[in-house]
This record gives sequence, C-alpha cells and structure tokens, in this order.
Amino acid sequence: MMSQNKKKRKIKDFWPKFFTYAFLIIFSAIIIYPLLITITSAFRAGNLMAFDLNFDGPFTMNNFKRLFSETLYGTWYLNTLKVALSAMVIQVSIITLAGYAYSRYRFIGKKSTLKFFIIVQMVPTTAALTAFYIMALLVGGLDTHAFLIFIYVGGSIPMNTWLMKGYFDTVPIDLDESARLDGAGHLRTFWQIVLPLVRPMVAVQALWAFMTPFGEFMLARFILRTPAKYTVAIGLQQFINNPREQRVTLFAAGAILIALPISVLFFFLQKHFVSGLTAGGTKG
Amino acid sequence: MESTAATKKKEDFTKKDQENIRKATLFSILPGGGQFYNKQIFKGIVFLAVFAVFLVQFFSWGTGALHGLVTLGTTPREDHSLFLMIEGVLQILVIVVFLFFYVVQLYDANRVAKINAITPDKVNRSAKSVIVNVYENGFPYLLTIPAYIIMLFAIIFPVVVTILIMFTNYDFNNIPPASLIQWTGLETFQKIFVLSTYRDTFMSVLSWTVIWTLAATTLQIGLGILTAMVMNQPFIKGKRFFGVILLLPWAVPAFITILTFSNMFNPSAGAINTQVIPFINNFIPFFDIPSIAWKIEPFWTKVALIGIQGWLGFPYIYVLTTSILQSIPSEWYEASAIDGASTMQKFNYITFPHILSVAAPIFITQYTGNFNNFSMIYLFNEGGPGSLGNNAGSTDILISWVYKLTTGQSPQYNISAAITLIISMIVIVISLIIFNRSSAFEMED
Repeated sequence: MMSQNKKKRKIKDFWPKFFTYAFLIIFSAIIIYPLLITITSAFRAGNLMAFDLNFDGPFTMNNFKRLFSETLYGTWYLNTLKVALSAMVIQVSIITLAGYAYSRYRFIGKKSTLKFFIIVQMVPTTAALTAFYIMALLVGGLDTHAFLIFIYVGGSIPMNTWLMKGYFDTVPIDLDESARLDGAGHLRTFWQIVLPLVRPMVAVQALWAFMTPFGEFMLARFILRTPAKYTVAIGLQQFINNPREQRVTLFAAGAILIALPISVLFFFLQKHFVSGLTAGGTKG
Repeated sequence: MESTAATKKKEDFTKKDQENIRKATLFSILPGGGQFYNKQIFKGIVFLAVFAVFLVQFFSWGTGALHGLVTLGTTPREDHSLFLMIEGVLQILVIVVFLFFYVVQLYDANRVAKINAITPDKVNRSAKSVIVNVYENGFPYLLTIPAYIIMLFAIIFPVVVTILIMFTNYDFNNIPPASLIQWTGLETFQKIFVLSTYRDTFMSVLSWTVIWTLAATTLQIGLGILTAMVMNQPFIKGKRFFGVILLLPWAVPAFITILTFSNMFNPSAGAINTQVIPFINNFIPFFDIPSIAWKIEPFWTKVALIGIQGWLGFPYIYVLTTSILQSIPSEWYEASAIDGASTMQKFNYITFPHILSVAAPIFITQYTGNFNNFSMIYLFNEGGPGSLGNNAGSTDILISWVYKLTTGQSPQYNISAAITLIISMIVIVISLIIFNRSSAFEMED
C-alpha cells in the first residue's frame, strides 16, 4: 500500500519536473546559441559572409591581430574609454551633489523642477537630433567627443538624480543633524558623513554612466563623422553592415572584447543594479 | 528669528514700519534700490550691477537676437536662419532668468525690510556676512546649479528648438545658409494629417508602431514572468547555473546581440535558414519548414523583430518578478491549497495580481521604452525591407522614421519635428498617468 502510494507520487512528480527541465534546457539553448556563434566565429579563419555555429576549425587568434593592425579598432576603443570615463566622472559628480540637495534641503522649486525635467526628458533624444545638430554647428561641436559627452550627461541627469535622491533618503537624517551640532559645515557633513554611506549607489551610477557609451549607437553615429573619432559601437556596425565587405569574424572578435568586460562588470554589480532600479517602485 | 519676521502679518507692524517696508519694495523696482534703502550697500551694488549687465546685453545684442527670431533673416547666405533662431531662443532664456532674478530681488527687499523693522541687528550689512549667508542658506542651490545648467542646455533648449522648427519650412529645399527659412505656422501639421502621401505613411508607421509595442513588450513580460515562475519551483537543481544563463541577454550589450541576430537572419547565408531550420526539420518528426524570407518579407521581418526583442528584454522582468515572488507570503498559498485551489487558480488569483500591483509602473515603462526602441529596429534591418514612401521602410517605427527623416537623403526637418512632438505627447501622457497613480513619485518636503 505504502510503496504503491509512493510510486504514484513519483509518477505524479515526474511530468512537472520533466517539463520544467525540458523548458529550461531548450530556453538556455536559445539564449546560448547566438552568443556561442559569436564567440566561436571570433576564432575562425578567413572572411565569412555570415556566421553559424561551427566547431570544425581551424581556430586562430588572427582576427584579434587583424583588428588592431588592419582596422581602427584600437583607436575606437580608446575613444570609447575616453568618452565613457569623462561622462562617468562628470555625471556622477553632478547627480550626487544634486541628489543630496534634493534629499536633505528645502529650497524654492524643489518639488516642481525635477518632475518637470523628468517629464521633458521623455521627449526622445532621437527627436532632438536636429536641434542638437544646429547647436553643434553653432559651437563647433560636430565630430567632437566633448559634445557627445555633453549630450550623454545631460540626458541622464533627471532620472539618475531621482534614483540618487532615493538612496540618500535611506541614510538617516539624524546623522547629518548630529554632525551639524558637532560643528561640521555643509560640505564636511556631505563629504565625510553622508557620502561614504551611499558608496554602493555611487558605484552603480558610475558603472551605468561608464557602460552607456559602449552600447550607444544613434547619437554617436550622428555626432561623430570621421572614422578616427568613432566609438566601438559605430565602428563594429560598419564591419557587419557593409554589403561589399562582410567582415563578420572581425565583428565577432571586436564584440568579444567589449562584451567580456561589460558582462563581468554586470554580474559583479548585478544585485545593486536591480535594487537601484526598483528602489523607487517599491518604496511606496 | 527672521522667518518669524518674514511671516508676520501687515497689522503686526507699526505705521512707520509699514511705510518703510512699502518703500523698500517700491525702490526695488530699480534692482538694488530697495537694498540700498535697507542699508545693504554691498547687496545693492551687486543687484544694480546685474541689472546694468542685463541692460547692456539686451540693447547691444538682445534686440537684434529677438528681431532675428521673428524674421529668421532677410538676406540668404548672409543670415543663417537656424543660428538666428537659436540666438533668439537663447535671448529669451536670458530674459526669463533675468525676470526670475527681478522677482527674487523684489521679494528680498520686502523681506529684509520686515526683518529690519523688528530685529535690525539681524540684517547682514557687510559684504562678508552677505557671502557667508549666501553659503549657509544657498547651499542647496549651489549643489543643484550645475545640474540645472546642463539640463537647460541639453534637455530644455533642444526641445524648444524642436518645437520652433515644427512651425517652419526647414527641409531639404531650404537649407541655410544657402536659403532662408520662414515661419509657416501650422502648415507642417496640415502636411501630415491632410496631404495624402504623408498621412498614409504616418498612419501605417503608427499602426505598426502600436502593434510592435504591444506584441514585443507583452512577449518580453510574459517570458520574464514564465521563467521566474519556473525557476521559483523549489525542486530545481543547478539554479545558479540556469540563473546566470537567463541573465546573459541583459549582460551582453544589446547592439552586439542585435547585430549578431541581424546576421543570423540573413535569408540566404544566415544561421537561422542554414542551420536552425534544417536542425528542426531533421530532429523533430513531421516538421518540414522551408527557408523563410527573413528581412525580405515585411511579415517575417516583423516576426523576427518581435522574437528578438523577447529574447533581449525578458531577463529584466525575470529578475524583477523573482524578487516579487519571494516576497509573497507562503501562507497565502497554503491557505488556498486547503481551500482546494488549482495551480492555475493560485496563479490567477494570488501570484499574478501581486506581481501587477508591485511592478505595473515598471511594465508600463517597458511599453514606452519599446515604443521608442530605435536601436532594435534600426540595427536589425534599418527599418526595411521595402519602402512606404517618404523615407519610411516597412518595419520602421515612428522614432526610426524620425531618424531617417532627419538624416536621410532628402531631410524633412519640420515634419520630423512635428512627429517627434506627437511621439512625446503620447509617451508623456501615458507616463504622467502612471506617475500620478503610483506613490513612487511623491516627494515630501
């Protein structure tokens, strides 16, 4: 009796488990397939028109060598690093200061201004391309990294200031007050008492700012006109979208050199990512 | 305390004090005047200097800039209409900033006069004490000013210019400095809504945009919730392993995967037609799918786009849903199990409503995000195949059409500006409704 029940139970449990694992395995295969194609293609020899999953070899490091000797990839990578680091430093400084003000002080226009900017910022950047173009013409910003950094930073301020404010709110205000009572000025309270406590959020913000230029395509393509000024995203797009000269193995090699560090950073800070994104939503 | 002095009512002051307060405010009609009257000499000089600088700026440059904004230039090649427009907008911003300053200094004269009437020794008269006071009370402004300045130029200014361009005839026929641009009022809108060529293009692009947004976003949300539910089952072994794999589409920069997919969906040589479909045909009985004309047939291109967006977008929803699922008390399920609820009923009446109640605002941002998902549409097949006329391809959504109207062969800047405004209105209205309904956006003092 007992064993028969157990057996029945086992059969009843079998099918959900079977479908669950079948689902997970097929789903994982669908996720991994294109990524594996890119990784293996990076080591394949010769020029391919299109790539597929192929383990036949021969495998070489030649694509990586060609990337740096025959193309401007190295320059593009340095350009991207330069844009990413500058945008990161400027953006994080600005939103940290502003987020602190929004979290700790009362001032005229506090309630209305940030909301206003967040709403206006919903006008998609693509849309303002003509305006950016005219502005760039006027200040000589076309084909410069500085102008690109300016647009990246400007567009990211409202929402990220909001997230930063939310994180500052989690630091008890008693800390500031006791510091002020002990005679610390505004700046010292900010710099020595509160800032060290929001370091995780600053790190996430810095990472976001740093990663954007690696993946952003539209604005970079619009502002940067000469190949020597390109960032990696536009550069790589040329490899795969040029019908006369398909260089998919070079694309794959270049893609790996971007995706690897970005993914590692992503998994490293993934927990903070999620909590940062949902902080506003779950607060209320 | 000064705050109490500033908030006192009129009747609390003596006749003479009232007269003084009135005079101080009145004198500030000339900026700085009231401050002089209050014997704040340093402040008065600074305010007067600001006023003088504004006057000089306005009469040497500003009148010309405003005039240029009205006419947009009179002689082709000499006058650059676009620069005139931008300079005019800049001048208006200068005037707005000055008016703000003007109101603040009126208010300041009035406030200080009130303090002066009750506690004269509290008034800062020396330059040093004024500067210290500015630092002490103005600290939040000092912190936010850099953000405001950048947002003014990177967000507000472009939006204003876009709105202005909408009312001009700026297109490939009128490109400054070779020719001038004119104000044309509502002609652009007439073109979009009345002129049949534009109206037809606009309508078909809009309808695909709506289908794309609903289908792609619903797919990515559905996949995200499904994977979260599957992974949330207690018996699963290798959770960490599958967890990492499920996050990969989010971790790898999207432009790389989109370009990879674009290559894989190549109809003649791509991996989907040469590898995946033969694999399915060989290993699954009764399946015999022919090669599919991805990127050639609009229908199959759209199917591919929606599928790829599901692949790209589900991990975020998966992570979000997983954290929500873990916050649902297990007693709810136990109670429903005692009442004899089926798995489906548990999902319909407990799990799904709870997910929605927490994540609805985020789901909405996913919809608005896909509504403007430029890189997916543009990088996969540049909005193609084929053409709907007026630069639009058969898979173009509004945002990528705008991009083409701006950067394409024969740019239509005014039309792209008008479409932009329409897009923005849609997104802003939806977001405002969501923001007002969720508590996430409240700001206490």
